Amino acid sequence: MVYPPKVAKEPPLLERGPIAWVRRNLLSSPYNIAFTILGLAILYMIIPPFVKWAIIDANFVGHSKADCTGNGACWVFVKEKLNMFFFGFYPHDQIWRPELVIASAAALGAFAKFVRGLHPFKLLLIVLFPIYAFVLLHGGSFGLPMVETSKWGGLLLTLVIASVGIVLSFPIGIILALGRQSKLPIIKSLSVFYIEFVRGVPLITVLFMASVVLPLFFPEGVNFDKLARALIGITLFEAAYVAENIRSGFQAIPKGQYEAADALGLSYWQKMALVILPQAIKVTIPNLVGTFISLFKDTSLVMIIGLFDLLAMVTVTANDRDWLGMDTEGYVFVAFVFWVFTFSMSLYSKRLEKKLDTNNK
Amino acid sequence: MAEQTQTQTETPREAQGAPLPETKEDKKAIHPLGEPIIQIEKLNKWYGDFHVLKEIDLEVKKGEIVVVAGPSGSGKSTLIRCINRLEEYQEGSIKVKGIEVNNDVKNLKEVRSNVAMVFQHFNLFPHLTILENLTLAPVWVYKKPKKEAIDTAMYYLEKVNIADQAHKYPNQLSGGQQQRVAIARALCKSPDIMLFDEPTSALDPEMIGEVLDVMIKLAEEGKTMITVTHEMGFARKVADRVIFMDAGQIVEENDPETFFHHPESERLQLFLKQILNH
Ligand SMILES: Nc1ncnc2c1ncn2[C@@H]1O[C@H](COP(=O)(O)OP(=O)(O)O)[C@@H](O)[C@H]1O
Ligand SMILES: [Mg+2]
Repeated sequence: MVYPPKVAKEPPLLERGPIAWVRRNLLSSPYNIAFTILGLAILYMIIPPFVKWAIIDANFVGHSKADCTGNGACWVFVKEKLNMFFFGFYPHDQIWRPELVIASAAALGAFAKFVRGLHPFKLLLIVLFPIYAFVLLHGGSFGLPMVETSKWGGLLLTLVIASVGIVLSFPIGIILALGRQSKLPIIKSLSVFYIEFVRGVPLITVLFMASVVLPLFFPEGVNFDKLARALIGITLFEAAYVAENIRSGFQAIPKGQYEAADALGLSYWQKMALVILPQAIKVTIPNLVGTFISLFKDTSLVMIIGLFDLLAMVTVTANDRDWLGMDTEGYVFVAFVFWVFTFSMSLYSKRLEKKLDTNNK
Repeated sequence: MAEQTQTQTETPREAQGAPLPETKEDKKAIHPLGEPIIQIEKLNKWYGDFHVLKEIDLEVKKGEIVVVAGPSGSGKSTLIRCINRLEEYQEGSIKVKGIEVNNDVKNLKEVRSNVAMVFQHFNLFPHLTILENLTLAPVWVYKKPKKEAIDTAMYYLEKVNIADQAHKYPNQLSGGQQQRVAIARALCKSPDIMLFDEPTSALDPEMIGEVLDVMIKLAEEGKTMITVTHEMGFARKVADRVIFMDAGQIVEENDPETFFHHPESERLQLFLKQILNH
């Protein structure tokens, strides 16, 4: 018995299209219908009033509180205080310096995307960039007036802390994760102790320790920069979380990968750097980005040791006698800026994941 | 490509136009067995309290093809993994080309540059392309110039009939193709000895042939091979010796014809009945 060949045809119409999607996802059962209605009701209660406040009734033009007449948001305040939100107490006439740093960072990013692979010139630029940024921001050489770190604030400070924290905690986290995997008992237990200790302590405590305890180790009279103390605290804190992320990545790597690398003759470091870590980091990118996003938001805690990040600038600017009572606008604006950054990070991680996915490409 | 590269790599016989040997006797005439290249003496290994290898004595000559068979869990993998020290052992000695296989770093390096391994589950590196899989060790471990490493890699990919896939990633290939890539990767460091651990048992039936063909070609070119497999056809065609392991020891050892048709020990008779009747 031989059967004639059959032609593939389209699935039935009911299974496809937007109506089918709504039926399947929003109205599939009485519970589902109830939740859909509840959800719509909540959205209806929140969105129209917010849009009315933030856009329809809002004031955009003017230069002082007196220009804000309607019932809506007074975005004039944010507009007038934009430099404070972005750069804190950085001297007005020097603001071109952080602006130049941010523009250079963007240019470097574009360049790095343009030049593929590990081109030596690109690596050199990336390595030199932090030095360049520090010289430009801090000044005191090349004829630039010095701007002490206590004057840095707002989004600038948030970005400095977050990027230094991310860039430095990454290699330290990798080393800790390798240490935790090590066969040498002393290295292993030191790594475990460090990771578990730090993860058991809130960031505020670490920041306090960094700001109060750290100076005790320095000879009297040596004034150790407050920002540097915060950076050390945050980096060491974050490294423990990065280490745990990477360890979970290690666990996803089959034993056969280690064996194949060994059998080919790779040394421990070659095996880790060329075979295991690239794969471990790849599977752990979503977690890593989650960690970095929370680090980005946690930078606000530096407020308690007297640094003024983006969030702290709300209190500062809304305490201005000419602008009393503008906290709401400040918080909404700051929340929006935070969201723009964290959401971009999350989008970037999705893109990166896709790009690095070598399965069934 | 083959013509360009044969001056750089070991010059294989078939590239010089010599015909491949038709029979095992022909092959022996072209590649007579050489000096002992692997010497295992009184090898004992335990996993905790479990005595997994018991007093193993085994000598393999240069150019010899040894097939290891035996029930699952009898210690076949453990034995060949001791040879390139993926496993440590507690008693006895293993020598590869006269070099003691122990925890001396220099010895280990030397041994691993002479011994290559092909695994049941291929173990290709999924984040690297096929070509990168092949050039990784030559470039980083053996410090070959990149261009030379690529030429050698392409030569071996051609040899396993897969050069057209060089820029794909392992997961885009079928099982049989991946295993052929794994063989090419193992060959890239020009090892004297190839270890195969059940290279076809994770493959769909229609892909077993293409992998065995590559292995047979290698055998006929005179490579020293130890292969754990139950593929009787392969053993009959190229093996000089078949070894039967059970419960951590070598129970019987014979030429393939005797091994499969006139097994002496009862345990081997039982085993053959089981694998032939399934
Ligand atoms: N890492 C290990 N730890 C403990 N026991 C093991 C380990 N690896 C293998 N074994 C045991 O050793 C025995 C031999 O294993 P193996 O050499 O893989 O057998 P084969 O390859 O012949 O199937 C089996 O009983 C297995 O359960
Ligand atoms: Mg096995």
